[in-house]
Amino acid sequence: MAVSMDLEELKETFSFFDDWEDKYRFIIDLGKDLTPLADADKTEENLIRGCQSQVWLTHQLIDGKLHFQLDSDAHIVRGLSAVVLIASNEQSAEAITALDLDGLFDELDLLAHLSVTRGNGLRSMIERIKHIAAHS
Amino acid sequence: MSIRSDFPILARQSRGKSLVYLDNGATTQKPQVVIDAIDKYYQQHNSNVHRAAHELAEEATQMMESGRSLCQAFINAESRKEIIFTRGTTEAINLVANVLTQRIKPGQDILITELEHHSNIVPWQMLAERTGANIKAVAITDDGELDLNDAAAKLTKNTALFAFTHVSNGLGTINPAKALIKMAQDVGALTLVDGAQAILHLPVDVKDLGCDFYVFSGHKLYAPTGIGVLYGREALLEALPPWQGGGEMIEHVTLTSSTYQSAPYKFEAGTPNIAGAIGLGAAITYLNQQPIADLVAAEGELIRKALAALQQIEGFQLVGQPTERSAVISFLIEGSHPNDVGTLLDQQGIAVRSGHHCNMPLMTRLGIPGTVRASFSLYNNEEDVERLIAGVQKATTFL
Ligand SMILES: Cc1ncc(COP(=O)(O)O)c(C=O)c1O
Repeated sequence: MAVSMDLEELKETFSFFDDWEDKYRFIIDLGKDLTPLADADKTEENLIRGCQSQVWLTHQLIDGKLHFQLDSDAHIVRGLSAVVLIASNEQSAEAITALDLDGLFDELDLLAHLSVTRGNGLRSMIERIKHIAAHS
Repeated sequence: MSIRSDFPILARQSRGKSLVYLDNGATTQKPQVVIDAIDKYYQQHNSNVHRAAHELAEEATQMMESGRSLCQAFINAESRKEIIFTRGTTEAINLVANVLTQRIKPGQDILITELEHHSNIVPWQMLAERTGANIKAVAITDDGELDLNDAAAKLTKNTALFAFTHVSNGLGTINPAKALIKMAQDVGALTLVDGAQAILHLPVDVKDLGCDFYVFSGHKLYAPTGIGVLYGREALLEALPPWQGGGEMIEHVTLTSSTYQSAPYKFEAGTPNIAGAIGLGAAITYLNQQPIADLVAAEGELIRKALAALQQIEGFQLVGQPTERSAVISFLIEGSHPNDVGTLLDQQGIAVRSGHHCNMPLMTRLGIPGTVRASFSLYNNEEDVERLIAGVQKATTFL
């Protein structure tokens, strides 16, 4: 992941947005900063089901910390993936399990993206991350 | 001439802007008269139908049956017995697929097309599994029209049934239904026409079409959800067995066997969606009072304008170029996913649908993940089109 921002900076940035345009331009830019997954990693196994757009997730456990990589064929989903990564990457399994990502999306006023219809891809991605943490 | 003010929801806001509703292919909004009809039924007439001898039951039955007569006239069916109330298009197709089980022989063909909605694919796959029949599909051209030569080649003496959509929900293609039905009849195949997207935008005359079955959903015709129609030719309906068993559909029941009512009741087991049927009747009454031909012509003009302007936008890619187009514009923005565009339009108060539109085989055929679909109805206006064009233009600056 090349996103050079921590969670506090992300929240602060979001707090300055007063219209949807700045916010979505920022989300799309966040996505563009994500290191793309190598084609070899875009496997059926890494593909997250339930997404209208395609989302892939890989992970590695290094020195007790989970390193995730995410990619998507849709710009906004990729940007929202970056938000999830900023909150969850390179942390211990326990810390990830304890994370309140719904709370974060609510705070950022992005909760609609986790709704049943639209964000179910994102929702599945969060569930997969939680699942990986629970089994690491 | 605008009917817009008859639809109260169109005055609301979405994302802080006045709502632009262009997801009519998914469902249409309801005029006040339909909302009032449902309200009035529950406030003054609610009762079960066809059962009791009291005044309320008589009123409810009369109201529901008048909905049936309105449907009959609306599609020019020969008899009220040919109008079966279902939950919608999907249930109507499932009903037909189930009652045909005994008629389909192993090795026969069930012909569909590459344009079909999943609800005109999956029930036939299930029927094929039960009977050992084969599913075949008429190919489309790259413009998104049915390949009539392929239809002619695939319609053979071995074809038991040809089920196709009157209008494509994904691309807006209007199929030459009458000619297709004639071709199917020439080889002795039964025909089912999925009218879900046609019923509001095209005059539908089942006698003139000559099909065996025609199906549609009320909710795409200004009526409530949960009510739809299966039209079937009377002689054919009489010869077919019932599907679900229960109350309403029987004539006499003993503990070991039953005799059934005739059509349509034979196919309407259980307490029906009475309020829905009344709402559908109210929607048809409403439509009958409008200058439909003029409204449809105006809608076509709006769509032509929208298409001309959208095609000027850099990166805009129209999906499907049928010569005969109904009220759908399907498109992509170069370098982005349809969901990106859908989200960016939603943020501007413009409701469209993005995704595969329950047309996965069609999207696979076109080699795309889905499209953004703006689908129109008779209440859309110039302002909606201007907002759509500006909205798409703005979306491209993000992507
Ligand atoms: C062409 C077509 N067929 C079938 C359906 C299914 O209709 P319903 O969901 O109302 O049963 C739709 C609606 O989405 C459609 O557009």
